[in-house]
Amino acid sequence: MSSESIALTGVREPSSSFSDILYSWVTTVDHKRLGILYILYAILFLVIAGIEAIIMRIQLIVPHNHFVSPQTFNQMFTMHGTTMIFFVVMPVLFGFGNYLIPLMIGARDMAFPRLNAFSFWLTAFGGFLLYFSFVGGYGLYGIGTAPDVGWFAYAPLTSKTFSLGHSTDFWTLGLLVSGFGSIGTAVNFVATIVCLRCPGMTLNKMPLLAWLNLIMAGMVVFAISPLTAAQVMLSLDRFLGAHFFDTQAGGSAVLWMHFFWIFGHPEVYILVVPAFAFISEIVPVFSRKPIFGYPIMVAATVAIGFISFGVWAHHMFTIGMSSYGNTFFVITTMVIAVPTGIKIFNWLGTMWGGQLQFQTPMLFCVAFLFQFLIAGLTGIMLGAAPFNWQLNNSYFVVAHFHYVIVGGILFAIFGAFYYWFPKMSGRMYNERLGKLHFWLLVIGFHLTFDFMHIPGILGMPRRIYTYEPGRGWEIWNLIVTIGTFLQAVAILIFVVNLLYSVFKGRLAGNDPWDAWTLEWSTSSPPPEYNFARIPTVLSKRPLWDIKHPEDPDWDYE
Amino acid sequence: MSSNAISQASIEQQWSLPYKGHVGMLCLIAAESAIFTIFVVAYIFYIGESLSGPTPREVLELPIFATVCLLSSSLTIHAAIGALRKLNNGGFRLWWFITLALGSIFLIETGREWHHLIYDRGLTISTNLFGTTYYSLVGLHAFHVSVGLIGLLVILLLALAGKVQQEHSKNVDTFALYWHFVDVVWIVVFTVVYIIGR
Amino acid sequence: MLQFGVVATGIVVFVFVMMHRRFKKGATSTRENCIFRLAFVFTGFLLNFGFSPSLFAQAPSPVPDIFNPASTPADSIHRLSLFVLVITALIFAVVFSLLVYVTAKFRHRGGSSDLEPPQVYGSNQIELAWTVVPVLIVLVLFFATARVIQSVQEAVPPPGAVQVIAIGHQYWWEFRYPGLGIVTANELHVPVSDPAHPTPTFVKLLSADTDHSFWVPQLAGKTDLIPNRTNSMWIEPHAAGMYVGQCAQYCGMQHAKMLLRVYADTPEEFDKWVASEKQPAASSAAVATGRAIFEQTSCINCHAISGTVANGHFGPDLTHLMSRETIAAGAALNSHENLEMWIQNPEIFKPGSLMPAMNLNDQDLEAVTAYLESLR
Repeated sequence: MSSESIALTGVREPSSSFSDILYSWVTTVDHKRLGILYILYAILFLVIAGIEAIIMRIQLIVPHNHFVSPQTFNQMFTMHGTTMIFFVVMPVLFGFGNYLIPLMIGARDMAFPRLNAFSFWLTAFGGFLLYFSFVGGYGLYGIGTAPDVGWFAYAPLTSKTFSLGHSTDFWTLGLLVSGFGSIGTAVNFVATIVCLRCPGMTLNKMPLLAWLNLIMAGMVVFAISPLTAAQVMLSLDRFLGAHFFDTQAGGSAVLWMHFFWIFGHPEVYILVVPAFAFISEIVPVFSRKPIFGYPIMVAATVAIGFISFGVWAHHMFTIGMSSYGNTFFVITTMVIAVPTGIKIFNWLGTMWGGQLQFQTPMLFCVAFLFQFLIAGLTGIMLGAAPFNWQLNNSYFVVAHFHYVIVGGILFAIFGAFYYWFPKMSGRMYNERLGKLHFWLLVIGFHLTFDFMHIPGILGMPRRIYTYEPGRGWEIWNLIVTIGTFLQAVAILIFVVNLLYSVFKGRLAGNDPWDAWTLEWSTSSPPPEYNFARIPTVLSKRPLWDIKHPEDPDWDYE
Repeated sequence: MSSNAISQASIEQQWSLPYKGHVGMLCLIAAESAIFTIFVVAYIFYIGESLSGPTPREVLELPIFATVCLLSSSLTIHAAIGALRKLNNGGFRLWWFITLALGSIFLIETGREWHHLIYDRGLTISTNLFGTTYYSLVGLHAFHVSVGLIGLLVILLLALAGKVQQEHSKNVDTFALYWHFVDVVWIVVFTVVYIIGR
Repeated sequence: MLQFGVVATGIVVFVFVMMHRRFKKGATSTRENCIFRLAFVFTGFLLNFGFSPSLFAQAPSPVPDIFNPASTPADSIHRLSLFVLVITALIFAVVFSLLVYVTAKFRHRGGSSDLEPPQVYGSNQIELAWTVVPVLIVLVLFFATARVIQSVQEAVPPPGAVQVIAIGHQYWWEFRYPGLGIVTANELHVPVSDPAHPTPTFVKLLSADTDHSFWVPQLAGKTDLIPNRTNSMWIEPHAAGMYVGQCAQYCGMQHAKMLLRVYADTPEEFDKWVASEKQPAASSAAVATGRAIFEQTSCINCHAISGTVANGHFGPDLTHLMSRETIAAGAALNSHENLEMWIQNPEIFKPGSLMPAMNLNDQDLEAVTAYLESLR
């Protein structure tokens, strides 16, 4: 195999009018374009949900503040949580998966390109439906409203008795619709990875990103479905007068909690596993070494996938479960720390003895390792049920899961963004702006979320629109709010860098990082058909084999 | 490099992967199973929890005929695909039509049962927890049967137009997977609603 | 790399303090607590401000600090928390040192840039090591946790235990003492427990509408109040005083102002309080006008005053309103002006509260307030 046979220049599209371009993007079934659409969609909602977060933080900057009304505040935290989970992090991960999986496994597109487009538009429509509640919550006339039931929408707050109007309906239906989109995407991921790998790419030669996305997709199939079922039940309650979660007719509030968290906890791993995938691709390239313990990494992730379905009730340690129930969920929760720890050690093992290059993607990966470690350790604290009785629903929990989602997942996503930006756009990002973004975000992140642990320890519950002075919470809330603004500036720099580099960045070439997986063998951006000739691979690192014919990987596998 | 080139060629020759239609359908079935599981759990959780009547024992009768129809349609769809593989297009159409008919009978029987419950027994989805869980679980299944019937009908029409040939047996087979799944779910629903819950 | 240096120093301090604490069992001084907490939030050392939350404990209003427990179950949790913290801190110290070492040592430094480092694919021995060690740690943590779960959840009320029923409402707390025939709201009075004759308080938790959660951090962990479900918890304060907490499960618009106070009284004070609460509502001729207005308006639909026609159950029992220091579930102090404002327009204190604005004329308002202020 020679490198020319797989490295082909792309076919440039004839330039055309704006409406033609728009039409071609809206009707596209190309996995790369859909991937980019997912990512842009996610950035849009990242900005919206970020503004919601800032509104909350301004409200909490001093006790008894009157920046927004309690109802607005409650809407803000509901929309912020729902948006960030379902319309920022999931789409962006699906976007990267969509873009990268076919390229990395040597395929020309996803298994079901039209289903792929359909799934994206379902997800997009779900988000717009949710946000339509701002104007349509009371019906189509007059002042609107948005859902204010919290992102896990505990019954019976969502029943007709406590939630008048249609705001909760928008929430339910928005998530239902985007849930179908997620299931469609997951089916597509599995079918693509199982059925479209290029010749020679046996399961143990797949890039870890493909493996981890396969596991993630499998988890989506089994985790989003319970949420879908629960949303159908809630809709039946609200539209047809059924009584699933109607406590006045004997329905159970606890049943909703179980259904929600049997989705909700695997969901966390659905979000974090693709983040692991990014780290597992970026760290080796910037350490100039193959991933340490590939089979163990796969096995650990599979273990995480399975165990994550048995830990959901650790979100419910305070609902008065029996001591045996609590004990069971303590052990499952703590056990999941073992495979997670193994992964961290393996990344460290990959870096060990390498030649680390600290470009922006790698900086984000190192920060990920540091922050994810802390997130995991605070997770262990929360997993100890009695400690959880104190910390649950406090700002400690808020800090903990933001450590996971921002400090872990979002940092990994930014790493991935800088790493694959040259491939997607054909141009390099601005390294100085990238580093500035990184350092500002790190400082802002730590200002916000490190200090957010403290009010939780001092008894400050989450979801309160204001708080009493004199409880020792003021200074911490002030620092947290300051950090939020720093993060906002960092995100702004990111967007500027993005816009600037797309048009003005220097040309990147096919393989700016001297990397080893198949996507770097195509042009940047890749042609619509990805590969003129479907490649054949003999090892986990096909481009390493080409670049080092004297010492190819397949000698060691 | 020449030995490498040889091994590459042999890899390309021997390379075969599962059919994507089957994999996709199996994933969909997995997702659907999870949805049904949640509804079944809710049904079992609420058995005997209704604050008022009627109770399942008072109003439910075993739908033996409908069950026999639905379960035997799994056999007929299997026979239809067997016929298609043997190039017996007439046999395929006949068996396929019988499958469609059996499925329709099941759906009509469910409709009759609901009519009886609503108009003679006064049980609706908002009557009590039994009504809530019964109509949603059986209704979810009936919805899947309806989707299956539409699919069966479309394929039948295509077959009558001569568009379904032997080379499509994989696609038809993919659809049959779904139909078998609907049957298997009915066994679970039947057991839960009419045996355990009664 | 300066940042990492600061963090590393923080860890060393942290580990040192933790070891020190383990060896020196016994009463924890505030000073020590202060250093400890500073070290605890690992990353607090990124910006070492040199002061800690415990300094606020000396402020007039108490801080509901989970590391300053004052009750038996909170103590058990506190001890477990410290244990978990030590273990996680050690893990952090080890892994973080590794990370710092790796990033510093294996940093690419120009020169032989074209040469790739040795390609290492993995090692089963090492993998085994970093699987077995975490498993052992997890087992230790699990057994320690399971013990505390048992000791807190399976506690049996001793003969002297006080029984209370707490009912969560949007957005206030109803407290009933079935053994004593007392009904009150938002401010729970319990006796301090003497180890020789323990008098813990066992609370049965119910909800009238949505989910709530009873959380007084210094006394116990939180337990939810869920409709159609009976939960229970217990507290056993060792020291007299007022402990604050609040609803910890989002329950609707005014979740933030569903505040909670627990007064741990000495046995004598508690008996006095019980005796006074058992009295029927005060009724003096001086406030008869106010009483008449109260009984003729919609007040009585929601509020109860023993010995009168007012027997509503949607709002707090007002029989001994003036024995409470706050109104509106802790949203305001129980003063004359606040009472008047609360009656006229509850939205001032709690927008979204279910108490309607009464819109009385000045004269009637004065009279009703005077009547309420006679309910001692």
